[in-house]
Amino acid sequence: MSNVVALRHGKVDLALHLLREGWGRPLLLLHGLGERTPAQPPASTAAWPGPVYGLDFTGHGASAIPVGGGYTAEVLMADVDAVLRRLGKVTILGRGVGAYVGLLIAGSQPTLVRGVVLTDGPGLVGGGIRPGTSHVPAVPPGVPGPPDPHALAELSRDVRPPDYAIEYVRQIMQWSELDTPIAVAAVVRPEWLAAVVQEPGVVECPADEALARFAEVQ
Amino acid sequence: MTAEAATEAIAPPDIGPTVRSYPGARRPDRSRWVTTSGPRIAAYEWGDPDGPTIVMAHGGFDFAGTFDVLAPMLADGGGYRVVSWDARGHGNSEHTALYSWGADMRDAAAVLDAVSPVEPVVFFGHSKGGGIMFDLAHALPHRLTHMINLDGLPSKNNWPDLADHERTKMLRSELEGWLEHRARTATAERRPDTIEGLARRRQRMNPRLPLEWLEYLVTIGGEEVVDGDGASFGWRWKLDASLRFGGFGPWRPEWSMQRLPGIGVPVLGVLGLEPETMGWGTQPADVIPNAPPVFRFEALEGVGHFVHIEQPRLIADMVLSFLADHP
Repeated sequence: MSNVVALRHGKVDLALHLLREGWGRPLLLLHGLGERTPAQPPASTAAWPGPVYGLDFTGHGASAIPVGGGYTAEVLMADVDAVLRRLGKVTILGRGVGAYVGLLIAGSQPTLVRGVVLTDGPGLVGGGIRPGTSHVPAVPPGVPGPPDPHALAELSRDVRPPDYAIEYVRQIMQWSELDTPIAVAAVVRPEWLAAVVQEPGVVECPADEALARFAEVQ
Repeated sequence: MTAEAATEAIAPPDIGPTVRSYPGARRPDRSRWVTTSGPRIAAYEWGDPDGPTIVMAHGGFDFAGTFDVLAPMLADGGGYRVVSWDARGHGNSEHTALYSWGADMRDAAAVLDAVSPVEPVVFFGHSKGGGIMFDLAHALPHRLTHMINLDGLPSKNNWPDLADHERTKMLRSELEGWLEHRARTATAERRPDTIEGLARRRQRMNPRLPLEWLEYLVTIGGEEVVDGDGASFGWRWKLDASLRFGGFGPWRPEWSMQRLPGIGVPVLGVLGLEPETMGWGTQPADVIPNAPPVFRFEALEGVGHFVHIEQPRLIADMVLSFLADHP
């Protein structure tokens, strides 16, 4: 089953897929860089009692591809905010860049995001903790996507300083009602994520265990 | 229809007479569209089309018309071909869905490719445009002969010194503000006003600039809003309403300063020392340790962030003598 809910973020039409019906708080899947919402929810979500949704980020899947790129993780975070304005409280399961974006939106909407699970996937690492050698982020011509080649070029180089990621963890811990609202299931630990797991309120556990715990939270 | 074909079908960017004038200000001699980076970018030129080329990047929330006094001085005084462009979402350039530093760099490179695909040129930038040209100088070091930076040397955050819990609250307010802004951008439009009204509103961000200059800018960077019967509702900035002053993200101002020492061509750096909302508050002591091998550095007392508008003759003479001294 796949029902698509149309959302708008700025000038971009976004596709939010309802993957499975259910009762209770929705689970929102955020895909990795270059991916799209899967046709079926992943196995780790099998026990989730609520509905399961997946958002296609700007330039990915069934969402629109804007002209001329200009991607940032913060803009993808605002994509997710458009979902929260529709669905209200959610739990988030993010892969790759979707894990990083999941952390950002959980820090920006700490009362609406009731638990975030960070898992491995494309775009988890980002572009390091400081800018590398300067470059013009060009894309090969004639490849329209999806995924938007600008997204692949720009979001594989975005800088992720650990102290920037920690700012979001602290936002979550300041205002979330959960004791441990951040679960890290990712095996790979880029510097931003290695810093995140050192913070209070962050647990390391498999995604299905984390979701089982968040499912018990009202 | 391709973007290029579509662009050929529309008139070049407007360089027609303005309804207000300003002493010394002159509209460009030529204009064209550059589309190779995706959006339609409006590019402009003053002076001899065969002269040595200076490529000038404007600052955030500005547009190429803010060089209408300085560019003619360089074109007339040094025989230069002076090129500038409106950044995406600014002036006559196309509004896009997304804006980022990398996208601005790509647009800048597209303009450079269009105006001088082989011959290296003089890079010139004011404020944010200075930072873009610094990054471009590192990405394409074979494309420049000189670098000129006008008050575009950010060195540190303007964040006040706060306790951790205060800083956490401040960040929350910023995050909420950003998301509220993003939620409104689908329908946001800039509010029309009279030419004088728009100029006075801009004067809050540019308090040192004369109203007469800001009114002139309104007639380039703004457009008259007219209904179907030709009745005017006033003027409105062309600037995309989805752009927001003080965007946030992981970027650190000192990263821009760290590009300075490695620039291998002669560099002219100018600071305006009068503190301003849009400036960085950078002091000479922040710059001097980062001096590149060939560096002329001028720190101007009593001049604000818009050094080329407050003191165009001084800046033009400084640029012309710098270029003459480093052939």
